[in-house]
Amino acid sequence: MDTMFSEAELRIVNSVASYLSVMSKHLPDDVFDRLSEMRKNEKNDGAKAVYDCMFKNLDMAVTLDRPICQDTGLIQFFIKAGSGFPYLANLKNILTEAVRIATEVTPLRPNAVDTFREKNSGNNIAVGSPWIEWDIVSGSDDAEIEIYMAGGGCSLPGKALVLMPSAGYEGVAKAVLETVCDRGINACPPLIVGVGIGTCADSAGLLSKKALLRGVGTENPDKDAQKLEKMLFEGLNNIGIGPNGITGTESVLDVHVEFAAHHPATLAVGISVGCWATRYGRIHFNSDLSYEIKTHGGVTL
Amino acid sequence: MKKVLTTPVKDEDIIDLKAGDTVYLTGLLVTSRDDGHRRLVADGIMPEIDLKGAGLYHAGPIVKKLGDGTYQMISCGPTTSMRMEKFEKDFIRKTGVKVIIGKGGMGQDTVDACKEHKAIHCVFPGGCAVVAADEIKEIKGVEWEDFGMPEALWILEAVEFGPLMVTIDTHGNNLFAENKKIFNDKLETEFDKMKSALKFGH
Ligand code: SF4
Repeated sequence: MDTMFSEAELRIVNSVASYLSVMSKHLPDDVFDRLSEMRKNEKNDGAKAVYDCMFKNLDMAVTLDRPICQDTGLIQFFIKAGSGFPYLANLKNILTEAVRIATEVTPLRPNAVDTFREKNSGNNIAVGSPWIEWDIVSGSDDAEIEIYMAGGGCSLPGKALVLMPSAGYEGVAKAVLETVCDRGINACPPLIVGVGIGTCADSAGLLSKKALLRGVGTENPDKDAQKLEKMLFEGLNNIGIGPNGITGTESVLDVHVEFAAHHPATLAVGISVGCWATRYGRIHFNSDLSYEIKTHGGVTL
Repeated sequence: MKKVLTTPVKDEDIIDLKAGDTVYLTGLLVTSRDDGHRRLVADGIMPEIDLKGAGLYHAGPIVKKLGDGTYQMISCGPTTSMRMEKFEKDFIRKTGVKVIIGKGGMGQDTVDACKEHKAIHCVFPGGCAVVAADEIKEIKGVEWEDFGMPEALWILEAVEFGPLMVTIDTHGNNLFAENKKIFNDKLETEFDKMKSALKFGH
């Protein structure tokens, strides 16, 4: 890459590159803890054997220093950058370079296929890869970067549909239940389910991914959204999809709902699911480039 | 007790297995996914390795070539079996593979072939790529390397490869087809339970 980086920018490049590497080998604490709980709750013997295998796999990934799953995903960044963050102008290049380095060093699997040309770019860099979403926070001078490794299997069930308002929240709930039951089996359950509600396919879809990444065990502060989360969580778990879809005591690690206002004539719902090996992370940079990693306790880069 | 199948697997080794049983596989395991299936079935080209009684693994591994010309298995999780459904029936007939391993279920053609030729389909825990690699004790060779690393036919020596849950047995049972019915029935029950509580704003 021809882009020149300042010394400070290179520090961000290297921190994010090492963090990507760490993320591919360690589950975030919330996912790990909930998965441990589900393993304890499991009553079906076949399902127990699958959980045992998952935990053995997590241990071995750390011992052998290898990615948990061979599919390390297409890298997505969700940025909340302060308008005064000193490195804002070059942040896109910084993150792209971090992905290039992590792909080579970890190594991550090259997963960016050039659309239409249908050739794998070989380094996870291509048009729209890494994928970057921006939120600018006025008045702040730090930056929070959320990272998601979007695997193929777990991205496949994703969908967004725009319902007539007459379909109501029943229509929303039905869409979630059907999507998870119909297409969740191949997405390596147990799953994290993100639901977005809004006006259009794009806003509902984006909100569903933000919901997915909100953190296992968190709830939406809105009382009604909370109620919907709880209903879907209990309903899906009563269906008992189990790890690998072989039936079991539970189905999902968590269900999160995020929402925006909707047009009086539409009610859009977006659904994103994450697999048992949901690899996401959140790193917070202050303007002096000191950082805090909120999702992986005890990790230094 | 662990039930371990050893290759070459014979009809009588698997005839008593039922969808939902858990087994392990020791012996010859060969990877093949989309391209390998297409070449063998659509183009009618057979690999040199004799697959009679062997395990067939739907996987695109990450393999490291070592300096001395040997290979090391790095990562070897299962891929979605359904992608091979179109070719699997003929693949089973032409090769005589007995234990097909992948992720998720397969369709009626594979069920029919498993019944006719006495074979089973199993799932390995999805995403457990490091465990899978560890249970591959040796890479004995590779064919059709022109497809590239993930699509080539990797010839592997597996030791107690698993846990494998049988999803299609030799009697016409299909675990995931059954599970889907169970899930859909329960879905209706759960949906009915929550319906009255879903009237937000009204
Ligand atoms: S769904 Fe997740 S765990 Fe399963 S293969 Fe894809 S990335 Fe790996």
